[in-house]
Amino acid sequence: MEDTLHPNTTKEIKPPVINIGIIGWIRANLFNGWFNTLLTLVFAYVLFLTVPPFINWALINSSWFTTSEECKASGGACWSVVTTNIRFMLFGFYPHALQWRPLLAIVILIALLIYSRNRNHWRKSLAYAWAIGLFTMGLLLKGGLFGLESVESTKWGGLPLTLLLSVFGLTAAYPVGIILALGRQSKMPIVKSFCVIYIELIRGVPLISLLFMSSVVFPLFLPEGMTINPILRAQVAIIMFTAAYIAEVVRGGLQGVDKGQYEAAQSLGLNYFQSMRRIILPQALKIVIPPSVSILISAFKDTSLVVIIALYDLLKTTQTTLTDPKWMGYSSEAYIFVALIYFVCCFFMSNYSRKLEKELDTSL
Amino acid sequence: MNSDLTDTNSQEDPIITIEGMHKWYGDFHVLKDINLTVQKGERIVICGPSGSGKSTLIRCINRLEEHQRGKIIVDGIELTNDLKNIEKIRVEVGMVFQHFNLFPHLTILENLTLGPIWVRKTPKKEAEETAMYYLEKVRIAEQALKFPGQLSGGQQQRVAIARSLCMKPNVILFDEPTSALDPEMVKEVLDVMISLAQEGMTMLVVSHEMGFAKSVAHRVLFMDGGEVLEENEPNEFFGNPQHERTKLFLSQILD
Repeated sequence: MEDTLHPNTTKEIKPPVINIGIIGWIRANLFNGWFNTLLTLVFAYVLFLTVPPFINWALINSSWFTTSEECKASGGACWSVVTTNIRFMLFGFYPHALQWRPLLAIVILIALLIYSRNRNHWRKSLAYAWAIGLFTMGLLLKGGLFGLESVESTKWGGLPLTLLLSVFGLTAAYPVGIILALGRQSKMPIVKSFCVIYIELIRGVPLISLLFMSSVVFPLFLPEGMTINPILRAQVAIIMFTAAYIAEVVRGGLQGVDKGQYEAAQSLGLNYFQSMRRIILPQALKIVIPPSVSILISAFKDTSLVVIIALYDLLKTTQTTLTDPKWMGYSSEAYIFVALIYFVCCFFMSNYSRKLEKELDTSL
Repeated sequence: MNSDLTDTNSQEDPIITIEGMHKWYGDFHVLKDINLTVQKGERIVICGPSGSGKSTLIRCINRLEEHQRGKIIVDGIELTNDLKNIEKIRVEVGMVFQHFNLFPHLTILENLTLGPIWVRKTPKKEAEETAMYYLEKVRIAEQALKFPGQLSGGQQQRVAIARSLCMKPNVILFDEPTSALDPEMVKEVLDVMISLAQEGMTMLVVSHEMGFAKSVAHRVLFMDGGEVLEENEPNEFFGNPQHERTKLFLSQILD
């Protein structure tokens, strides 16, 4: 009885149909007001002008597994430049018959990265898995043990080199950066000034000049006959460079942690390392996830600068492919392919950082 | 109830001794010639206008602030620049802050067990049992697995008190524990503090909660301009203030 008297008090009221569903969304986002309607129309026209021709070029008229002559005839994109040369682009001068080894190393790396994405998997066993994985990857690349043929590091190139430089570079740079940031906050004048000078000096020069120094200047100081692997030298330069940037970002995070947190940690009797490790750094690093990932992403792309010291990373092997007279003029296709690889890696990083941010958010 | 609260334990067992202590911030003289002896089991409330140095005084006791002249002896250990001594004292001296300062990235339970596990080296299981015991005591055990951000201010402050209790301190310093709270939450925190007092905990409380001072303090200190101007047992202090500035201050806060 009462229900019929007050039908609205018991039923939930739904929003008017005009505001929901696809039509509602289109109205609200594309055609609310004359200006936005105009913008929508202009952009639709621009998309109409660009997207269909691109699809035509890239997919419909394209040739995938042909010779370069056939490519010329088709008029569309010539993906054959990638498919024909993919082994050189991905693995550089690594002996042709042994290229399954770097491929397997990459597969192991990707598997480990994907498995580590889930924070529930972060146990001690994962650390062992990484240790074993990294050792196996090194062994696969270098060989010389267990009947694997030895391959000189001068022949390493392409994607494995890019990943090697980045994965080691970034994982080593992060802790070094944290130590530098803590050092810069130190009350001990020598530690502090060392860190300040280091950070300012390294940040003040371009990565290219550091790479040059490591490959040209640094060997001059080594004793006669002694050489250090050029990949290792580039690796150290990348670590040093990235660490300086990480340090400044982490320092910002340290300053962002409330002073009361330091005091609460101290008043419990935690010593410096305990309070940093348990209280301050977890909070500081959480604050700086977005800027750190920006640095990691740009450092990842910066590894392509090692071309200037004659290392054949992914970008350099692609350029080399394109110097082949047969394939000259197909640089767009080759570079789109390389860009895709870079994009996938960077997207993985930024996507992961957003996931991590969400998971670590306890403020609610 | 009042009789056993005002009954001081032995008079010969000072747990904190401050002699001729001075402190400056740069040129600014914040604390002038502080002399204070706190007996075991004694409860002292420190009040005074803002900027009078009362918070700075109790922060000197666990060395969150450094004093430049005079002596502070806590539990037989003199506070110097020796880090080991400072850490030893901090273990024995609990502190409750105005803004709670719980660790936001840790659950309530982890907030409570962190100190015992890492500083006291208590086994994790035992630390958790102790933590639950004290959470029970501040009537908040059901929140143990939540994060501080999910709790109200009053609940957070009760957790903060439990956190300092988990370290089994000999003294607890309270730095304006209720002044950042919404009015309706003040009582729940004061109730916890009163029950602590009834169990004989040594407490130094910077507070303007005069009801609290009257019911549990053995002594009330009035500070202004970095000096202790007046010191008396609560009934005398509130009923018969001696100093002009004390009278003025009391008339302003009791209105």
